[in-house]
Amino acid sequence: MAAYILRRFVAGIVLAVLVTFITYLLLATTFDSVVRALLGPAGTDETVAAKTTQLGWDRPILVQYGDWLLHAVQGDLGRSLFTSEPVIPAVSQRLSVTLSIVLVALVLSVLLSIVLGVTAAVRGGIVDRLAQGISLVGMLIPGLLLSIGLVLVFAITLKVLPATGYTAPGDDFGRYLAAITIPVFVLVVAGTASMSAQVRGAMIGELRKDYVRTLEARGLSRRAIILKHVLRNAAAPAVTVLGFEFITMLGGAIFIEKVFALPGYGTFSLNSALRGDVPVILGITAFSVMLVVFVNLLVDLAIGWLTPKARML
Amino acid sequence: MSEQLLSLRDLRVSFGTRGVLRKPREVLHGVSLDVAAGETLGVVGESGSGKTTIGRAVLGLVKPSGGSIHFDGTDITAANAAKRRRLARDMQVVFQDPYSSLNPTMTIGEILTEPLVTQGSTARDARSRVRGLLDEVGLPLGAIDRLPREFSGGQRQRIAIARALAPSPRLIVCDEPVSALDLTTQARVLELLLEIQRSTGVAYLFISHDLAVVRHISHRVAVLYRGDLVETGPAAIVTKTPEHPYTERLLLAAPVADPAAQERRRAERVRLREEQRARDEQAGAVL
Amino acid sequence: MSAEQLLNDPDLSATPRRSVLRRLARDPQAIITTTLILIIVAAGFLGPIFLAVDPNQADLRSANALPGTPGHPLGADQSGRDILARLLASAQTSAISGLIGAGVALVVGVTMGLIGGYFGRRTSAVTEWVFNLVMTFPGVLLLIVLTPVTGGDYRFTMLIFGFMLSPTIFRITRNLVMGTKQELFVDAARVSGLSNTRILGRHVLSAVRGPIIVATAFLIGTAIATQAGLAFLGIGSSAVPSFGSMVGEGFTNLTRRPLQFLWPSLVLGILTASLVLLGNALRDALEGLRTVPPRRGRTESPAEPVSMGEEDEAPLLRIRHLAIGYPSTTGEIEEVVHGVDLDVRAGEILGLVGESGSGKTQTAFAVLGLLPPEAVITRGSVQLNGRELLGLSGEELRTYRGKTIAYIPQEPMSNLDPSYRVGSQLVESLRATSTLSNREAKERVLALLARVGIPDPQRVFRMYPFEISGGMAQRVLIAGAVASRPALLIADEPTTALDVTVQAEILDLLRDLQAELGMAVLLVTHNFGVVADLCESMAVMQKGRIVETGKVRQTFAEPQADYTRTLLDSILDEDTVRTDPPVAPRDHKEVAR
Repeated sequence: MAAYILRRFVAGIVLAVLVTFITYLLLATTFDSVVRALLGPAGTDETVAAKTTQLGWDRPILVQYGDWLLHAVQGDLGRSLFTSEPVIPAVSQRLSVTLSIVLVALVLSVLLSIVLGVTAAVRGGIVDRLAQGISLVGMLIPGLLLSIGLVLVFAITLKVLPATGYTAPGDDFGRYLAAITIPVFVLVVAGTASMSAQVRGAMIGELRKDYVRTLEARGLSRRAIILKHVLRNAAAPAVTVLGFEFITMLGGAIFIEKVFALPGYGTFSLNSALRGDVPVILGITAFSVMLVVFVNLLVDLAIGWLTPKARML
Repeated sequence: MSEQLLSLRDLRVSFGTRGVLRKPREVLHGVSLDVAAGETLGVVGESGSGKTTIGRAVLGLVKPSGGSIHFDGTDITAANAAKRRRLARDMQVVFQDPYSSLNPTMTIGEILTEPLVTQGSTARDARSRVRGLLDEVGLPLGAIDRLPREFSGGQRQRIAIARALAPSPRLIVCDEPVSALDLTTQARVLELLLEIQRSTGVAYLFISHDLAVVRHISHRVAVLYRGDLVETGPAAIVTKTPEHPYTERLLLAAPVADPAAQERRRAERVRLREEQRARDEQAGAVL
Repeated sequence: MSAEQLLNDPDLSATPRRSVLRRLARDPQAIITTTLILIIVAAGFLGPIFLAVDPNQADLRSANALPGTPGHPLGADQSGRDILARLLASAQTSAISGLIGAGVALVVGVTMGLIGGYFGRRTSAVTEWVFNLVMTFPGVLLLIVLTPVTGGDYRFTMLIFGFMLSPTIFRITRNLVMGTKQELFVDAARVSGLSNTRILGRHVLSAVRGPIIVATAFLIGTAIATQAGLAFLGIGSSAVPSFGSMVGEGFTNLTRRPLQFLWPSLVLGILTASLVLLGNALRDALEGLRTVPPRRGRTESPAEPVSMGEEDEAPLLRIRHLAIGYPSTTGEIEEVVHGVDLDVRAGEILGLVGESGSGKTQTAFAVLGLLPPEAVITRGSVQLNGRELLGLSGEELRTYRGKTIAYIPQEPMSNLDPSYRVGSQLVESLRATSTLSNREAKERVLALLARVGIPDPQRVFRMYPFEISGGMAQRVLIAGAVASRPALLIADEPTTALDVTVQAEILDLLRDLQAELGMAVLLVTHNFGVVADLCESMAVMQKGRIVETGKVRQTFAEPQADYTRTLLDSILDEDTVRTDPPVAPRDHKEVAR
């Protein structure tokens, strides 16, 4: 098991290095225009060349990346080109806003999906069709339109929830809850739509397996078989989807932050990308990849715990 | 040895297991056997004996790790794709599972013409040959435009046999061709295989776990146990008065469909088991 | 059914390809969604030709013009650009986005999937790793991050997005190819001398086609939604009209001109929803019916009570007029077991013999109350010790299962839960049917494992099912079945999946246990040898009916029914060995006319 975790972890590190390197390569093609944007209309060929040298962007690309990586390993991701803000605190502060929404949404989606998916698979009939209907509606409504619709109804017309803005949970928990209600709801709708379908499919597949019949023949109650045996075996494929769902939600959060004017990760990346703030973009990429690696590690651990056979491989 | 159609000499096959550091597992430890033209060699063994691997190595579906395979005097141990394609005229296969061995999206006509067209015959020749083949295996001509799923297991196995016969091969590897079939169907398909052999002189390498089936169709029988050939000889001798203890055990283990005979066989099996146990204990005491 | 009968059956005349199309053509969901998509796409490409209005031409005089204003049938936006012209141009942008995004994903995913799935393990591992990497990219975020690189051209962005979508297609293709590669028809094609490219194109791709078409419908939707989303965020050239930017602009002007927000939202919503629904319709058409979960509870009509005739001594199990059916595609119940009568006396081993499809297993499951959920018992009665079992609820049946009636399945491996250790599975079911403490149950299970001939019970107790052999697993299942000293053991082909030598040992074990516990056994099998070895009486089933019952020795010696005689005649005789010598091969080159 320890070797399994270690292997996963090393693979994650490799992934992070690779992704940041590719991003660096791609960004390097835009360095010239970034420098011109920095200097504004006053920039001449000479000042541009000087600034490029000052940023170290005239060196070979591998050297540049190696330099960045070396600093990154020591916990230094540089400063924003435009605001001189240090990248690490800037990114982590925005990330905490986004995660305070996404994690809540993820947990709620998981719980809802399990209840919905298991009930649909076990009960069948009308209950199943209802659950599938809910899932389909969730898939059909574009999240963007749903969030705007909800703002119209609850914030602008009914005025029960704030339309925009964010309060940290530490500052005022009530206002935090009010601020995240609609964003979380939108993410949960989309997340539950896809995950409950996965849970349902996995449960149906598992319920048809031979061992279920044999356990029933041995006199175990249906409830015990479903909760202890079927759900555990069906959970592994569903947990795999969880990792992807987290990534999807991170992406979805960007749109939602825009609609609700939330000072999150998405808004921050959007603004930095539009400006060409290279150190910040790289910092964001590094943070995202590490986050993804971490979540996938958790997913792998969960699968290893759920299915003994996976541990052996 | 030159009269032999197929000769295996000291054939070894290993499969790599998961992980780089683990050693490959050898499943055939040097097997030598021959099949003469027009003859059926039955290969019997239980799961893990390597019997299927022999067939797959002969067909070029797995690479041997040692030894040699000769077909009609030429070495085909490491035949390349082009050589294999030429070989396909002479060597064909019938698999166990009649459901998985026919592509569900192709019609019977497409399935049967494919090997012919690959071998270079024109579409028209191939079609007329297919009619002859269907007749040979006892299927109606109307089957040409049908899909495999419209046929029963026994009929599918007839189609698979027709496909194997298409290029008029000299050797057909039969890998448990009747194991998935019902009793009555099994008897009819075996009868068909016998008829075809008598009329065309094709040789069979007939792989099965079932001694009764092998006894019925084979001229000679080879017995495999955990990757080793333990006994080989004429069918009548190997399947009735075996020499090797494993063959004897195998023979006595298969229940016979006659209550009185089975009771005798059971008693004999118990006696043999006790004998072997006593022998083992003696050997243990000596050690 | 004979081939002749099959060939005259009109329902079977369609090939699968045609029948999929026909099913789609009959599905209103598919027709409506396809029509909607086609209308929007056609409007996007043909509309601008007929409507000679530049979607980007701003005219401040008509800023926020209402619908119906001359020259602006749907009004104009804040900058006075014509909304209809912009809608049409946006539809075109969406269509191109969908095509580029899904197209790249398809080309990359299918090609790499075929390569990764078909060729050796190393190729597979490398491609798998690369695509896993792509899959873990936070896609939208990366697209945003790369804005400086794409320079705002949505086509370039969609190209990159196509790569990000490709893992989905890659996974579907690779998994299907790996599955197909296991199929024997691929081996047969290789033996026939087909080249790799031909096998991939002809045998493998055909199996992969359907699911990929379905996935493509969803991917087009994803690409369109993503492009709109990016445009909404303000990424991309403002000169390219897009539903996303229109929604964004409408959003800022929502209170004054709600319609400016409504139009693009409506068209975008219809377009993406249609693609999802079309994908669902395609999936239904390709997979036949939707996967329906097994329904909870039994829905069969209460079995008709059957009057009992004159009886001698009451048997342990008495089955009378049992009929089992399954709903057919037309909704009618199709009977597969037509009124079976069967008695099993206490302490007797009865062999229920028949070929596949004879209904022998169905009959056995009906006794256990474990028929598949869709099965319907249309009539009959199943009595255990004089008590009716049919119509009992699951909870009521539970008082019998695992106590009075036990079950041994056919496939040893698939009948153990892979996630729990062997011992804990047995302890759990023993405790569910008794009042034993955990420790007592464990001791009992260890004793049972030793009794069924497992050499090192302590060790096997702690093993997972996939760590033990098939024969061992069958012993474990037998231990689980006899744990409660049942009065009736139902064994469904208990040795069919095993090797002959293991089969002989398991048969010995069953014989010993039966003698020791005095239980009755209903042994379902197709193997007359097993019947001859173990059974006292036998019943022969054919097409859902019992054609003969009797004592084993007598039935083997003088079968009464024609069918029994045919079956016994089909058994390969022990005494006949092939005697005819090999014949000379006919000249095979000449034969290849």
